[in-house]
Amino acid sequence: MNTGRKDHAGLADIFNEDEARVDWHDETLWFVRAKRDKAAHTLPEWEALRENASQIKDNVLSNLHDYLLEFEAKAQQNGITVHWAADAEEHNQIVHSILKAQNVTRIVKSKSMLTEECHLNEHLQKNGIEVIDTDLGERIVQLAEEPPSHIVLPCIHKKKEEIGELFHEHLGTPKGESDPQFLTAAARVHLREKFLTRKAAITGVNFAVAETGEFVVCTNEGNADMGAHLSDVHIACMGIEKIIPKRKHLAVFLRLLARSATGQPITTYSSHFNKPRAGQEMHLVLVDNGRTKQLGRADFRNSLKCIRCGACMNTCPVYRRSGGHSYHTAIAGPIGSILAPNLDMKEYADLPFASTLCGSCTNVCPVKINIHEQLYKWRQVIVKEGYADTGKTIAMKAMDFTLSHPSLYKTAGKAGRWVMKNAPFMVNNKLNAWYKQRDMPEPPKQSFSEWYKKNNNE
Amino acid sequence: MHVGLFIPCYIDQFYPNAAIATLKLLQKLGVKVSYPIHQTCCGQPMANSGFEHLTSGCNDLFIKNFAEFDYIVSPSGSCVLHVKEHLHSHEEEEKAVNVRKKVYELTEFLTDILKVEKLTARFPHKVGVHQSCHGQRGLKMSQMTELVAAPFSKPMQLLQMVQDLELVELSRPDECCGFGGTFCVAEEAISVKMGKDRVADHVNHGAQYITAADMSCLMHMEGILRRQNSQVKVLHIAEILNAEEV
Repeated sequence: MNTGRKDHAGLADIFNEDEARVDWHDETLWFVRAKRDKAAHTLPEWEALRENASQIKDNVLSNLHDYLLEFEAKAQQNGITVHWAADAEEHNQIVHSILKAQNVTRIVKSKSMLTEECHLNEHLQKNGIEVIDTDLGERIVQLAEEPPSHIVLPCIHKKKEEIGELFHEHLGTPKGESDPQFLTAAARVHLREKFLTRKAAITGVNFAVAETGEFVVCTNEGNADMGAHLSDVHIACMGIEKIIPKRKHLAVFLRLLARSATGQPITTYSSHFNKPRAGQEMHLVLVDNGRTKQLGRADFRNSLKCIRCGACMNTCPVYRRSGGHSYHTAIAGPIGSILAPNLDMKEYADLPFASTLCGSCTNVCPVKINIHEQLYKWRQVIVKEGYADTGKTIAMKAMDFTLSHPSLYKTAGKAGRWVMKNAPFMVNNKLNAWYKQRDMPEPPKQSFSEWYKKNNNE
Repeated sequence: MHVGLFIPCYIDQFYPNAAIATLKLLQKLGVKVSYPIHQTCCGQPMANSGFEHLTSGCNDLFIKNFAEFDYIVSPSGSCVLHVKEHLHSHEEEEKAVNVRKKVYELTEFLTDILKVEKLTARFPHKVGVHQSCHGQRGLKMSQMTELVAAPFSKPMQLLQMVQDLELVELSRPDECCGFGGTFCVAEEAISVKMGKDRVADHVNHGAQYITAADMSCLMHMEGILRRQNSQVKVLHIAEILNAEEV
């Protein structure tokens, strides 16, 4: 589980060294959760809407092959060039080859978690292509040379003073200036020049409509539109699970997406891309990268229903207090913890354990993914596949043996009581993680069983 | 009606008063209760750590101890949820299914099966209710703030029958306390931070006692309160519902 690099618990330890910052991070995300609650409560039909969305996605997952082919045919008729990528590497190669054919060396990119998952930026930069992320939050983390810590709010872990410092260094804003409006205006000027001078734009895809061959990109900043409309080449990258059958289904998903994500009724821009404008090339890359493998895992397939709203992160008490980077994967939080082990079980064996299984994630999920149940199931798979350390396995076997034998469990005398020695908070190792910041329960004079034997009054 | 009393291992050994109160409360309400003396643990600590496949010994013992009762009642939502969701048997699955159907957490047993409408308890203190996640979101003992649905709470419904008890409002009525079984030591930093934040919500709203239908959450919060030398105490809900009239 821990191969030199720190696991979730280790990274969370570091994050928690600054408690005031943890409080700030927790409150900031809780505020978003509260906004989500308020928005959801404006719709009496909210739960029915979630159920509806869940069923549409179930249908999609059961008929993915047909919908993808329908979509491909329609998109091609519209004049979009469709590519298929089996994995991240192929996706990166396809994008690179399109840019290379056009001799493009500088591009703009709006938010796409898929390209984060595939590490596209690194690949293109290695091949001499400059990538400017145009989503404000993403541009901020790009300047800081960090990955996004949240799928909807990429720089939510940064305070405005830190952003001011970054902008001072990279964009020449006055030192000490941290007024959000001022900084946003500076970013606007900075990005405007990039939009006007870059010939190729990459966007993500929120929904792709099989019936029409169009795709929909949702943003609040309009940066996807700026990039796409000013470009000679528009490349849209999407995971194959983003398909929905019909245009009318957008009515369900667009109502759920922004309310779940930020508490807005709808994103500022929900842009439909149908066909390239005259003289423009439009490419669409359909990416598998482990999705069909996940589709084949009965217990985990419905994680592919995810519409990337981030609500499970905002509500997660662990995420709020450990930060997105502690998950060491492109998609953090509860949903990331059930997606990542599919891609690399060894690397992400720690993530399904980074949860109390409280179940709040499942309740906020707009497409009703049973996230906490899948976390529990991943734990079983990870242990069975041998990614738990051997010490833990031996301890658990001993535990079962003792607990199945009442006489061993109730060894005579208080001092011999099994739980007293073996409960996680009593484990007498040199670190005793319970005792570090918590007192131990005071052992009573007699156990309940002992009391019951003396006072049996049935 | 014959009820089998299922007392989770850590309650047996650390919090006998919660178990005694559960037993006495049920007897006071006219229920015949027996405590199978050979019970140990439901196996949840192993299962939640990914070792569900090693729990068959615990499962078989549980079935042996409890299969014959009309109902199985326990003062722990978390352990009850584990039995309800994960108890299986290689040889006697039919019995396992039957056990899963008749196991109840104490407060839901009082509200749903006994349909208790009044209690004789008096507890003249300000009390904060911690909604333990497995009971709330797993057993649906209370409505959840994430859902757009009518509010209800079985534990609060019962606490409102207690004379002179004052419930305090919380800023976050159903956030997890961070205990999480082995999570409490495997993810020590987060677990403690979650616990501190939960405790602070109760303390800041004037609670003198924090109660819950799950002792494990309370044990975790008690550890934090005592480290802070706080005067605020934790008490299992059974002890309040069974509090003597003064």
